[in-house]
Amino acid sequence: MSRGVTVGMGEVVRGGSRELVDAPFGHALVTLAKDRGDIVGLSADLAKYTDILPFKEACPDRFFNVGMAEQNLVAVSAGLAKSGFVAYCTTYGVFASRRAYDFIAIACAHSRAEVKIFAGLPGLTTGYGGTHQAIEDLALMRMVPDLVVIDPCDATELEQVTHAVVAHRGPAYVRLLRGAVPRVLDPRAHRFEIGRSYVLREGEDIGLVSTGFMTERALDAAEKLAAQGISAGVLHVPTIKPFDAAGVAAFAQRVGRLISIENHVVTGGLGSLVAETLFDAGIVRRLRRVGIPDRFVECGSLPFLQEQCGMTVPQIVALANDKTQWRTP
Amino acid sequence: MLRNAPGSDRPVDEIKSRAKALRRHMIRMSRHIGQGYIAQGLGIADVLAALYFHELRHDPANPAWAERDRFLLSTGHYSIALWAALAEAGVIPIDELASYGLDESRLPMSTLDTTPGVEIIGGSLGHGPGQAVGMALGQRLRGTGARIFVEFSDGELQEGSTWEALMAGASFGLDNLVALVDCNGIQADGAIVIDIEPVAAKLAAFGWDAAEIDGNDVAAILDALHEARTPNGRPKAIVLRTLPGCGVPAIARREKAHFVRVEPDEWDVFARELEAQP
Ligand SMILES: Cc1ncc(C[n+]2csc(CCOP(=O)(O)OP(=O)(O)O)c2C)c(N)n1
Ligand SMILES: [Mg+2]
Repeated sequence: MSRGVTVGMGEVVRGGSRELVDAPFGHALVTLAKDRGDIVGLSADLAKYTDILPFKEACPDRFFNVGMAEQNLVAVSAGLAKSGFVAYCTTYGVFASRRAYDFIAIACAHSRAEVKIFAGLPGLTTGYGGTHQAIEDLALMRMVPDLVVIDPCDATELEQVTHAVVAHRGPAYVRLLRGAVPRVLDPRAHRFEIGRSYVLREGEDIGLVSTGFMTERALDAAEKLAAQGISAGVLHVPTIKPFDAAGVAAFAQRVGRLISIENHVVTGGLGSLVAETLFDAGIVRRLRRVGIPDRFVECGSLPFLQEQCGMTVPQIVALANDKTQWRTP
Repeated sequence: MLRNAPGSDRPVDEIKSRAKALRRHMIRMSRHIGQGYIAQGLGIADVLAALYFHELRHDPANPAWAERDRFLLSTGHYSIALWAALAEAGVIPIDELASYGLDESRLPMSTLDTTPGVEIIGGSLGHGPGQAVGMALGQRLRGTGARIFVEFSDGELQEGSTWEALMAGASFGLDNLVALVDCNGIQADGAIVIDIEPVAAKLAAFGWDAAEIDGNDVAAILDALHEARTPNGRPKAIVLRTLPGCGVPAIARREKAHFVRVEPDEWDVFARELEAQP
């Protein structure tokens, strides 16, 4: 077998054969900015790579590229917010969460500033290794008081989230899917609301609780399990904070066992939230967590890296079927 | 074997031919991938040749030698140039260059310090200058006489932490520290997006002995490195004005030089153009 190649930054999150939408965030922002003169956009030398270019072209006087300086990016965004603007602030997730964390916590969250951070290359959506893969950003961000944290599933949801965060008063951190983004959820049926989870499929044997683009894989896995006679439900949880504990608890009560599925380290993100929720509600279910293990992931092709981390559809199906995983101790 | 305790000679022709060898490696390496940070690699080739084949005290057979001079490539996406230099110097096998960017390769698209000869993990830009200050302090404290050379880019001049490190380097009087600032005029979004000039004057104002040269002029590079050996209690900075794609006009002419995509039939043109250069 030939070895995979690390490719450039324009990769798509390839799941299945679904329709691909070009730069859903950028185009949604342009639509929004037509009615809202108070929206400004910022980048730290990654305008091309965070899909904010359509906004820059539509509203050049409301776009600011601060250079490669992520702390300053967030501070300047907060300053604009404190001058009555709503700042859409874009960079990669690693640089927002790791380098600019203090500025997000204090200048944005503690200050209740209208800064909406759109953070590219979440989890394993780049093969550029530990420096570019934001594998723990959800964990870091959900610990910040008053910050809304969202991991959208697809183009439909990302478009709706772009609009929803402006209606919410206060700062938000949104994981950005860029480039050619699959459309998984039907835009006529799906209505994104901050803090709400969505039952996309009912099932009794096993419940798949997923967030981000992994929801596409959860749906595909449930389909495969159904063909094997296993009834699998899918609960999509796009908002990591505020977390829909009631929705997750209700879903958990309807299934025999649970798998959490996320594009993030299995500690501190969705898997941990599900575990906390079950314990708080006194619900006893076996839980297995699919996601990135507690280690830095190397450089490489995405299919290779995601397989190493057990994040592919066949691996999720195999885990659901693996009796040794579900034996009561 | 100890390589290059640098003398006062200026082996211009030898360094030029090494630089060409590095460029040849890079063209071959990026060929099977069809894309990459080739323009930057070609731009920095002359400086890397001068370092690895003249200025650095290092032992290719023992890259972990405790008293070695350190070269830190802060701009991790320039990894293609570092792999070429390490292979040409004999730290890693030349055959291994063919694995560049492949799954499980020791030569990834962005530098990792698990590969022999690599001092820091690059890629999250801005990590070089501060760690270089720490290493320069460490070697001074140990009394090894080792010197620290740190490359960083015009893009990295925009990170605040770069200036924190520059302030510290001068305050601590680190004359065993040499900054090689690769000003190639581009960054991810295209031409440099924010005012960074005058770079050399800013470095001087921060207490560094700052020189500014054509970063693709081998004689000027050797002179500037020689000058930077002066033990006068001040760190040294060399501002390198480099040309992205230098040595291969078809790449140097590209407008989108930060990340270059190449059609299969273009490689032979590149190779021919490179060999045609003096
Ligand atoms: C801290 C950080 N922010 C952003 C990036 C994304 N990025 C990768 S290369 C690059 C351009 C940096 O400028 P420079 O090194 O001068 O680029 P080049 O000359 O190679 O075009 C950016 C913004 C990064 N790798 N690290
Ligand atoms: Mg540059």
